Amino acid sequence: MIDEPTRRLDEGALRALVPRVLAGLVRRDEDFDAAEDALQEALLEALRVWPEHPPRDPRAWLATVATRRLVDARRSEAARHRREEATYAEPRPAAIEEGDDTLFLLFCCCQPDLAPASQVALTLRAVGGLTTREIADAFYVPEATMAQRISRAKRALQGRRLDQPGDLAVVLHVLYLVYTAGHAGRVDLAGEAIRLARQLTLATEEPEARGLLALMLLNHARLPARLDSEGRIVTLDRQDRGLWDTREIAEGVRVLQSALAVQRPGRYQVEAAIAALHDDAASAEETDWPQILAWYDDLVALTDDPVRQDPAAVLGRAVAVGHVLGAAAGLRETERLREVLGERHRWHAVRGHLHELSGDLPAAATAYADAARRATDVAERDHLVRQAARARAAERCRNSRLTERPP
Amino acid sequence: MPKYLLLKHYRGGPEPQRPVPPMDQWAPEDLEAHMAFLKHVSELLEANGEYVDAQALTPARTWVRYGGPDAAPVTTDGPLPETSDLVAGWYMIDVESHERAVELAAYVSSGPGPGGEPLYEWIGVREVMSEAPSETDPA
Repeated sequence: MIDEPTRRLDEGALRALVPRVLAGLVRRDEDFDAAEDALQEALLEALRVWPEHPPRDPRAWLATVATRRLVDARRSEAARHRREEATYAEPRPAAIEEGDDTLFLLFCCCQPDLAPASQVALTLRAVGGLTTREIADAFYVPEATMAQRISRAKRALQGRRLDQPGDLAVVLHVLYLVYTAGHAGRVDLAGEAIRLARQLTLATEEPEARGLLALMLLNHARLPARLDSEGRIVTLDRQDRGLWDTREIAEGVRVLQSALAVQRPGRYQVEAAIAALHDDAASAEETDWPQILAWYDDLVALTDDPVRQDPAAVLGRAVAVGHVLGAAAGLRETERLREVLGERHRWHAVRGHLHELSGDLPAAATAYADAARRATDVAERDHLVRQAARARAAERCRNSRLTERPP
Repeated sequence: MPKYLLLKHYRGGPEPQRPVPPMDQWAPEDLEAHMAFLKHVSELLEANGEYVDAQALTPARTWVRYGGPDAAPVTTDGPLPETSDLVAGWYMIDVESHERAVELAAYVSSGPGPGGEPLYEWIGVREVMSEAPSETDPA
């Protein structure tokens, strides 16, 4: 993706400059679309030039080159449309002058009426500083398709006043989408989402922003144990907990505690608390299921009609109910979701798990097989087929032990 | 070099050479052997410089047609959804010849099934039409 000499560059540091430089240009009343294009060109130039000639002030270098590109673009544009030149001279409404650059740009990219795929792509480019090629690779689409998606999104922003405070809930959701997309792809989107969420927590006091960062850290900490050497999914109860990243867990817990101290709970904080309890258990048997169930109670209480508005939370709660009150109670909880989630693989997978917990291996195998037929990614499908086969083999083994026993 | 699709099916195709139960009913070790074989096939094709793409499809299929002006699209599961052909996935390969495509399809079909014996699965081989006309003029 990137030529060899550029590897010597500190790309992380380079990309951290992107939101600051871009925000500077946009606040100077440059058009978002044009400014973003100009900065992309400046970045590519930096990747080419800096390894041989490192600048003394990288941020100023980027701003200068991007501005030069903007002026060039405007000149050639003006040459073509000389009559429109006057409009550039007209003063535009002053953009906000204070506030953090990252937050400002996130609000620009996460306009609520853009489609989620566009919000995600725009955020990764304008705030994350990834190239179009890298974003295309991450989502397994051709580069031309991703370029088109980004330019359509930017066109949709044209002529908008970007000086209104945006919707933080949308920003958080977009970062979460980036995080969850990041486990499979070739580009480390999960790491990118964590980096952006960390920047966001520096810009806002909102505890949900810290809740989201904590949730990402506490889940990401388990990533090294999630697949075995053959690429097979390893479920939480079978993971080698020695592989978990204790530093990330410690940071996640710290961030979560600072969020909870504000006493304005929200779904990311609650989900982070649940993740923290899983991370905290030295073994699967030591998992504090009663406390996890209590947090799930809080989670489903956040919506008026959780079965319809937040079925994933109700499904997660059903697992906790199964561990605290027994598998039968957990299975009864899943029944409420049959109409909403009955065609989704996760619903069948959870029922497989609960049947297995109750010792009903044939029912578990059937549920896992039903889940496998509905899975939408290969790793998960293979995992569910294995779970079904494993449950059937265990049942055969149990039956043969029973029949071998002397009368 | 011509490109070919090697198509695997959930159902349809000629009479199975060796009827086998669904994979979730196989012994776990047979399942592992089969999945390891699939991984090996992809690696082999890549190492040979013959790999273009491999994809798997979920079994759900919806037939859709235009419903007419101001009407919603018409959808159906199709006639005889239980017996019609249903593609499960494919390898796209870029190879020297049709013979090479057939050879690779036969190799894919030799993957281990229950008891470690070959599956003898039928593989559909289809040539992909190229976009550009060939360099030489037609005679």
